[in-house]
Amino acid sequence: MSTQQLPEHPDFLWRNPEPKSSYDAVIVGGGGHGLATAYFLAKNHGMTNIAVLEKGWLAGGNMARNTTIIRSNYLWDESAAIYEHALKLWEILPEELEYDFLFSQRGVMNLAHTLGDVRESIRRVGANKLNGVDAEWLDPQQVKELCPILNISDNIRYPVMGATYQPRAGIAKHDHVAWAFARKCDELGVDIIQNCEVTGFVKDGNRVVGVKTNRGTINTEKVGLCAAGHSSVLAEMAGFRLPIQSHPLQALVSELHEPVHPTVVMSNHVHVYVSQAHKGELVMGAGVDSYNGYGQRGSFHVIEHQMAAAVELFPIFARAHVLRTWGGIVDTTLDASPIVGTSPVDNMFVNCGWGTGGFKATPAAGLTFAHTIATGSPHKLNQPFALERFETGALIDEHGAAAVAH
Amino acid sequence: MLLISCPNCGSRDETEFHYGGQAHVPYPENPNDLSDREWAEFLFYRDNTKGAFAERWLHSTGCRQWFNMLRDTVTYDIQAVYPMGAPRPAGAPDALSVVVPKRPLKQPELIEQPGSAPGTAAPSTSTTAPEGATK
Repeated sequence: MSTQQLPEHPDFLWRNPEPKSSYDAVIVGGGGHGLATAYFLAKNHGMTNIAVLEKGWLAGGNMARNTTIIRSNYLWDESAAIYEHALKLWEILPEELEYDFLFSQRGVMNLAHTLGDVRESIRRVGANKLNGVDAEWLDPQQVKELCPILNISDNIRYPVMGATYQPRAGIAKHDHVAWAFARKCDELGVDIIQNCEVTGFVKDGNRVVGVKTNRGTINTEKVGLCAAGHSSVLAEMAGFRLPIQSHPLQALVSELHEPVHPTVVMSNHVHVYVSQAHKGELVMGAGVDSYNGYGQRGSFHVIEHQMAAAVELFPIFARAHVLRTWGGIVDTTLDASPIVGTSPVDNMFVNCGWGTGGFKATPAAGLTFAHTIATGSPHKLNQPFALERFETGALIDEHGAAAVAH
Repeated sequence: MLLISCPNCGSRDETEFHYGGQAHVPYPENPNDLSDREWAEFLFYRDNTKGAFAERWLHSTGCRQWFNMLRDTVTYDIQAVYPMGAPRPAGAPDALSVVVPKRPLKQPELIEQPGSAPGTAAPSTSTTAPEGATK
């Protein structure tokens, strides 16, 4: 797997223009979702007089901090539809963007450790198949065949009782994904403006007409928010609330190792997810820190817990050393599903609430959010993810249903 | 790892505690009168403050009592610990203030520490939930 040559370190792939005084649309947030949104606005809707504003550097937030897992084996129809659409886009994007970001469909395994897990998993496999998502149930022996380093013996606290497996799932090089989108956006005429922090919005009545930034005010007809953990802060500037809580989410990598881990293994019950990056680091993550936080760091006991889980499942990791740990700020909702659609402010649109699972959705989030911004009404894939669902009660409760905790 | 001063037990590791989210969210006075919008607000909408945030914690492996805490969500500095039912301490920095200077705990919020000089702290003697604990 990692014998593949990594792409050359790129030259500058986009301009660094000064902000113009006005745009047809402004996207706040230069991460994966913001760049994908801008790309599809330009490509599918012909909107090229647009800007992506990034307060730091391009793709330096959660896009630089995620564990790069891509899968679509969600339980509920609405989720399966949007994540599976994303997966289909991942399959064609390297060619479309003319950039090989090493999307590696090495499969994702979700382990079952209890009878409850087994029942949930088999149910989810059935639901996935009905939704056209590739999924299968593996017994422990099949688990071992696919991932020989996994401990499937009975001598651990929560023995592996089987797993769901999605062969088309996998990982991609997250930085290269961002650069691929950024280069195409730039070619299409989109202004990517880094070091440009939004400090407020200009409104005419209930309609947004401009964005105030540390580099001056920019007039615009439409604003799309793609700010992940800072969505609530921007919404407050614009005068509305979002049902979001921002939490730290931590991940870690080991030093480099020979290829030992051929797939992606996720365990909701002992709570860790592990893959091996192309370069050779073991990449791990788990759940959020319990408290609200904007600090891009969390508490060490969370790291300890996920490493303990990893060592129990993969005994050969016991001698691996942690190279670094880090944290991002994830925007969680109470039903563990995203919010993509209109907002209480006219001409302002929100794409947020992806919580711990936004990377895999990047292409579909961009596609549907661009549709929403361009036409003023949602794409059929993001219609169920409207902000109004918290009022109507039509929640899409992926807590515990989405194969791993969100 | 946060080091949290439980009002009853003193300083303990964060792992002994359970997070309870935003403090001072009252149960609706007249639940039957609420519109769908108001129910949505009560059930799903909470402040997501960047800066000083009043929140509830439960010392789940200690005294098993709830208490309130004022904590900066950027620096994670704990600025005050105070009982359930008590108002948010006055003079606390406004929401959205990104840089909050570290301040010593103020007199009414002080927690008695083992070994602290007598009279420098107001000891908390209550081991039961104070009135208004649901708020």
